Amino acid sequence: MGSAAKTVNRIFRFYYDGFRTMSWWGKKVWIIILVKLFIIFLILRIFFFPDFLKVNFSNDRERSDYVLEQLTGNN
Amino acid sequence: MIENFDLSLVNWSRAQFALTAIYHWLFVPLTLGLSFILAFMETLYVRTGDEMWKKITKFWMTLFGINFAIGVATGIILEFEFGTNWSNYSWFVGDIFGAPLAVEGILAFFLETTFVAVMFFGWNKVGKKFHLASTWLVAIGASLSALWILVANAWMENPVGMAFNPDTARNEMNSFREVVFNPVAVDKFLHTVTSGFVLASVFVVGISAWFLIRKREQELARRSILIAGIFGLVSGLAVALTGDSSARTLAQVQPVKFAAMEALYEGKSDAGLTVIGALTDSGEKIGEKKVHGMKLKIEIPGLLSIMTTGKGDGYVPGLKDLVNGNPERGILSVSEMMERGGHARQVLIDYKMAKELGDTDSMAMLAARFEDKDFVENYFRYFGYSYFDHPWQVIPSVPVTFYAFRVMVGLGFFFILLFVLAIWFHRRKTLEKNTWFLWIALFSIPLAYLASELGWIVTEMGRQPWIIQNLMPVHVAVTNISAGAVRTTFWLFAVLFTALLIAEISIMVRQIKIGPKQ
Ligand code: HEM
Repeated sequence: MGSAAKTVNRIFRFYYDGFRTMSWWGKKVWIIILVKLFIIFLILRIFFFPDFLKVNFSNDRERSDYVLEQLTGNN
Repeated sequence: MIENFDLSLVNWSRAQFALTAIYHWLFVPLTLGLSFILAFMETLYVRTGDEMWKKITKFWMTLFGINFAIGVATGIILEFEFGTNWSNYSWFVGDIFGAPLAVEGILAFFLETTFVAVMFFGWNKVGKKFHLASTWLVAIGASLSALWILVANAWMENPVGMAFNPDTARNEMNSFREVVFNPVAVDKFLHTVTSGFVLASVFVVGISAWFLIRKREQELARRSILIAGIFGLVSGLAVALTGDSSARTLAQVQPVKFAAMEALYEGKSDAGLTVIGALTDSGEKIGEKKVHGMKLKIEIPGLLSIMTTGKGDGYVPGLKDLVNGNPERGILSVSEMMERGGHARQVLIDYKMAKELGDTDSMAMLAARFEDKDFVENYFRYFGYSYFDHPWQVIPSVPVTFYAFRVMVGLGFFFILLFVLAIWFHRRKTLEKNTWFLWIALFSIPLAYLASELGWIVTEMGRQPWIIQNLMPVHVAVTNISAGAVRTTFWLFAVLFTALLIAEISIMVRQIKIGPKQ
């Protein structure tokens, strides 16, 4: 193995062993992290939190015009 | 104007942001502070070779890990809310938020994937010194990654180092240095980080006290109390100093918030600092806002004047001066600011019309005004006031700001006393005998969280109605979407975060009960 491959292998083993020998609480919080990331990025982000200006306008010109309208409108 | 806004939309959007920010902030300060406590403990292990320090470090590291894992990514939700609920604001602030947050994201990612992993997986696999260096880097990196979001928050209180571009309708950064060294940012960073140190120290002292009450892990508990007691005491003093410095800066950049914190309605020359007091209804009003009186007041004469102006007879403006103006003291009235802001907005309206008509000459002429120093400093600076109908609308909730501030400060001094006692009893080897102290230490843990959350309540409620001081009120920042949608996500978050909190507390309590033996 070349030295670069060795390093990659060592890093891989480091994480692999770390995860394999993880304690009870470690496993538990990893499950929580994964469920949380799933809820945040795949449910909330997509279905509930679209970026309003990105979704409704196709370029920055339109976005600027819209916000300018909001700032100068009758409010 | 303000009446045309869907207040239920504004209120739900605010409630949602408050809910998510408060929950997010339950996780952050412990990460900031506990990481340093771990670094101190592990340093002692590496220097002395005493295995007991290793055991202690590993025990607290477990609690750190639980808190870190459950809290991670809860802040990203706030960024989603900016884009969905506060799109006018997000666009208007432009790269002032973008750049710092991008740096934070990258830094946090590196930190988490490398050094946090070494901290947990690296015992016995990497050298002792490398492991120790990783622990220190996690501690320093956590505080540094908080820096950027605090810089952005400080900018909202004191918008410096930027210029408004009418063409893009955005603020563009013209001095990164000014943005980072904004006096509010410096105070805020130091105060927030040191307050996290205090919270974590109270946490360690409190849980160690529980072990002593149960007569378990006494050596671990005593040593932990000593480390956290010293770190907490130093940080507690730093919190008081940086808090004092924050207040002085506020007196300059957010005088209305400052007056609300002190419930000061009438400006005074030897203004005293109210230590405690109970607000009453004086029956008087400024516009539609109640004017509060005060009973049971304990005051230190002249101190407020000294703190804010450096002189015992220095003038501290009250809410009435700030709203109605006080020409003798060079204070503009809010109606004057509304007029000036209105003028700035008219220039922007004219610019927009010229743009629609394709009148490039007028556009160039009007755009040039936003680069003109006189216009920026005397008109555009008050831009946000143009959105109000009445001057009194710039007054925040005085009771919330006044009481939240007093409780935070009171708890700050209480924690200092707690740490002094902890060190004292430790030195005299009488910790176990003083069970009353141990119980107080244990019950101080929720108080530390309370103080920390109240700090943000002072900052954010005290600055109402502004999202960006003087430039943008909250009701202009909000996206025009249905209030119902925001309400739905409010409840979704309430459920998600409550579940996370329950998970955090139950896993932590379990690990604490198991103790370090595992
Ligand atoms: C001991 C005396 C204290 C003083 C004089 C003080 C002063 C202040 C002031 C003036 C602010 C408002 C800053 C702003 O609006 O920009 C603030 C905010 C804050 N305080 Fe305190 N504080 C004290 C103690 C504490 C304690 C004990 C904690 C928590 C353990 C704490 C946590 C916070 C936090 C998290 C904020 C919000 C961040 C910020 O805006 O700086 N403070 N404090």
